[in-house]
Amino acid sequence: MTVEQISIFLENRAGRLAEISRVLGEAGVNIRALSLADTSDFGILRLIVSDNDKAKAALKEHGFTVGKTNVVAVEVEDRPGGLNRILEILSRENINVEYMYAFVHHSGENAVIIFRFDDIDGAVKLLVNNNIKVLEGDTVYRL
Amino acid sequence: MIHDEEFETLPREALDAIQLKRLQQLAEKVYATVPFYKKAFDKKGVKPEDIKALEDLQKLPFTMKQDLRDNYPFAMFATPMENVVRIHASSGTTGKPTVVGYTRRDIDTWSWLMARTLAAAGTHRGDIVHNAYGYGLFTGGLGFHYGAERLGASVIPVSGGNTKRQILLMKDFGPTVLTCTPSYALHLAEVAADEGVDFKSLKFRVGVFGAEPWTENMRLEIESQLGMEAVDIYGLSEVMGPGVAVECIEAKKGLHIFEDHFIPEIIHPETGEVLPYGEPGELVFTTLTKEAFPLIRYRTRDLSVLYREPCKCGRTLVRMGRITGRSDDMLIVRGVNVFPSQIESVLMARKDVAPYYLLIVDRIEHMDTLQVDVEISEAVFSDAVKDLQHVERDIEKDIKDMLGVSCKVRLVEPKAIQRSEGKAQRVIDKRKLR
Repeated sequence: MTVEQISIFLENRAGRLAEISRVLGEAGVNIRALSLADTSDFGILRLIVSDNDKAKAALKEHGFTVGKTNVVAVEVEDRPGGLNRILEILSRENINVEYMYAFVHHSGENAVIIFRFDDIDGAVKLLVNNNIKVLEGDTVYRL
Repeated sequence: MIHDEEFETLPREALDAIQLKRLQQLAEKVYATVPFYKKAFDKKGVKPEDIKALEDLQKLPFTMKQDLRDNYPFAMFATPMENVVRIHASSGTTGKPTVVGYTRRDIDTWSWLMARTLAAAGTHRGDIVHNAYGYGLFTGGLGFHYGAERLGASVIPVSGGNTKRQILLMKDFGPTVLTCTPSYALHLAEVAADEGVDFKSLKFRVGVFGAEPWTENMRLEIESQLGMEAVDIYGLSEVMGPGVAVECIEAKKGLHIFEDHFIPEIIHPETGEVLPYGEPGELVFTTLTKEAFPLIRYRTRDLSVLYREPCKCGRTLVRMGRITGRSDDMLIVRGVNVFPSQIESVLMARKDVAPYYLLIVDRIEHMDTLQVDVEISEAVFSDAVKDLQHVERDIEKDIKDMLGVSCKVRLVEPKAIQRSEGKAQRVIDKRKLR
């Protein structure tokens, strides 16, 4: 019940982000969700895409450093308190969130939150036991 | 293999006798023919006939790079121009280039010493030499070319640049010996990989690398990535070009200096005092047989060490250690001596990042700052910011441990640091100290 995310190292230099989106576009890869972490020196672009292997191959061919990580995608109702319920559960069990980002998909009703945990198996088990809807990778890639 | 058995394995006394005789002839010759040397000898109150033993070399004045510039272009030549058959010049990164000349016999001597050099590195007749040292004013290309021909090997005079085509020729011609700068060798391996060519499937057996300082770790990297033995050579255009000293493939430990043609000394870079064997300092050369452009006690600014211990290859020649830096490229950062090659050693030792770096030194509010750009690798990349920052701190700590100076490491994208096909630019000093 995990989702594969690719991450790309980015120097803080004009035009690098555009270069990535151009490469993915030309490879016919669709971006489902993204988040950019940045420091004064460098950035890390994290992406959920329609085709991981194709995206990774195209980016590497253009000289980018690309990594793969397993993350957890959780569906929550798009209403006040939706996110809080999940965070409360995680915090109660001392599950640490490395980082997270969210998007609302076009069916409109629900939001999807991507979590990166240190203890991914423990986190998934806990969420499922609490009746939180954890999405399969294939579902997310096709959203 | 020892190419010149007689002269490369001379007993010490015989070698000393040859050196003394040649040194006396040299002193007489330069005093009579080069106004610069007459003046320098007179200033020190020394006459050619004062050279009665080899130790008397220490009475003679040093020659500095600036002296060569002051006598630009031909005033240091000890023979009329009509006897000079070849001119080379060093890259003039600061000011005018230094110009060197060769007589017919100088070219012959040089070719012979390069044949010795290539043989010591394990090259022989029947080898195909892919010579990617630059041809032109630089001594590297033609020096290797003449030496390989003299040895009876086949030379591919490919010179530097057009790396993709070089990979094609390597595949099709099957060269067995690679000659180029060590950084270009690693660049060739990268380009080959990009082109889908496995370097190890090529026929190379040995590479002869020089013209820039490199490290033991870089040797291991080249040997494992390129699938060949890597041998270090030393030379500089002022003294002759490549062919002054070379490692033997048997030991690959220290470079044998061809002492029947050059006398090496190690001096203290500040006081000029001659240091005993085993002590590191600045390398100084006196040329014994050159006709057109002889040099007395030329200060190379290269830092090394000399040692006399016998070598298992059988050569009796003195050995010099790897060049560990330049006495003038040395950076002083917050009072600490920093040699850029030390940074490379740190990166090589880690094995998880590429050995390319760029040092940026600046002075901000009267404090020196040292930034080291290092290329990210898949081995250290992570999707979490704190992991990458940890890598940066970790490299900073390694540098601090090795050099005793704190710095800021910045990760940059792969291949962001320039791969030089000649001498690599590794330092940007933004301080206005001069």
